[in-house]
Amino acid sequence: MAYSDKVLDHYDNPRNVGGYSNQDEDVGTGMVGAPACGDVMKLQIKVGADGIIEDAKFKTYGCGSAIASSSLVTEWVKGKTLDEALAIKNTEIAEELALPPVKIHCSILAEDAIKAAVADYRTKQTAANTAVEAA
Amino acid sequence: MNRPIYLDYAATTPVDPRVVGKMMPWLFDNFGNPASRSHAFGWAAEEAVELAREQVAALVGADPRSIVWTSGATESNNLAIKGAMQFHAGRGKHVVTVKTEHKSVLDTVRELERAGCDVTVLDVQENGLLDLEAFRAALRPDTVIASVMFVNNETGVIQDIAALGAICREKGVLFHVDGAQATGKVPFSLDELPVDMMSLSAHKTYGPKGIGALYVSRKPRVRIDAIIHGGGHERGMRSGTLATHQIIGMGEAYWLARDSMGSENERIRSLRDRLMNGLMTLDQVFVNGDLEQRVPHNLNLSFNFVEGESLLMGMKDVAVSSGSACTSASLEPSYVLRAMGRSDELAHSSIRFSIGRFTTQQEVDTVIEKVSAAVNKLRELSPLWDMHNEGIDLASVQWASH
Repeated sequence: MAYSDKVLDHYDNPRNVGGYSNQDEDVGTGMVGAPACGDVMKLQIKVGADGIIEDAKFKTYGCGSAIASSSLVTEWVKGKTLDEALAIKNTEIAEELALPPVKIHCSILAEDAIKAAVADYRTKQTAANTAVEAA
Repeated sequence: MNRPIYLDYAATTPVDPRVVGKMMPWLFDNFGNPASRSHAFGWAAEEAVELAREQVAALVGADPRSIVWTSGATESNNLAIKGAMQFHAGRGKHVVTVKTEHKSVLDTVRELERAGCDVTVLDVQENGLLDLEAFRAALRPDTVIASVMFVNNETGVIQDIAALGAICREKGVLFHVDGAQATGKVPFSLDELPVDMMSLSAHKTYGPKGIGALYVSRKPRVRIDAIIHGGGHERGMRSGTLATHQIIGMGEAYWLARDSMGSENERIRSLRDRLMNGLMTLDQVFVNGDLEQRVPHNLNLSFNFVEGESLLMGMKDVAVSSGSACTSASLEPSYVLRAMGRSDELAHSSIRFSIGRFTTQQEVDTVIEKVSAAVNKLRELSPLWDMHNEGIDLASVQWASH
């Protein structure tokens, strides 16, 4: 299979590889996929007090297109509000990376990873607020 | 551009230049149809085809008259199984095979099943070998034929053909063996083995693509129906004008294999061991399939926590195969490794290295370097590798499958 130049670039030079502690309150973690299916993405977003995503990190087990999709997403979510990040569609990811039809599920997984990370962050915030109120 | 290093000899082999040399004159100079009995063009072609038949028979230790030319092992598998089931329809409609067979056997028996046959597809053990007692138990009074491959294409594991054949003889069941991956790698003689039919291929043994053969035993005499009808070539078992140059190529390739098999296999074994020892210094690398009952050409490894297709991307200058779903048309990970009880994860992480006549030690050393670098890089990227290092049992995690 021939890969697009953009997939190859993200594969050769993945952006924002790494992670934050899951304990940090300003971090949301999304882990999607399954080893048995051949791909697992872990996306973490670090959210500022102003509600803007300051930074994002990823680690991915999967094919080159899965690695590229998650690498691209870390670039795209930075500087966005949570709602803006949630508006990123898998079709945009697939288009940017010129993914062939059999690799569309990689872009879907990347979109799911954003959703999961934002949901995790919001759950943490709600829990923290509840804790403050309770105190 | 430098060509990638080729370690995919189990997929196909280059045609040996000596074979190419023998084939060339039969395209323009001597173009006759071997079936033409009325002139010298035909006579010359027929003589050459019969010599090639002797050469092929010599490698597999058979009577040349038991060799039927086909287009390759896929056709041979179809002819053997469908031909036997049709001819012996009065005897029964049960066929036995194994989960790790090539698709040209598995899909053939599935087709027979649709047509009303009973099919038993046996499991293998963790090492890829068939359990002899399970095989014996699967043979029924109405079993017409059992089909088991000699050497597995993905793992290189060698089945105990002599023992399986003996069980078939005892039970009065025809025994077909797909020998495509065995020729030139395992020494054997069909005169001695209790095998009724064997599929052979040229292009896995440094011959051309598009030519193969089916050995059909004469003693005991095995009878099958043809599946391709026409001019009655090959004693009616396979019609169609013989592809003279291809046949001559197969004959020469088998002749060379017979000559060089012993020393070549020793050289290849030492290269395979060098590759294995080099790559096993990495953590969490597993050999798929039995290491003893195996051709020396094959090394099938799973690099845990690294997905196979991404690993192939990371070793761009090395040509190998992966059992990862992403590299297959079906989007399923290797069914052969799954049948051996390997987890989906390990099947997704598998790479098949297959070594051959033209592989050098320097190539092996380069491959060790490139694969190690790619595995290390991808593990740095892998959340599973992190979890493994944190002591998390991945099997205990609730994954959302998709």
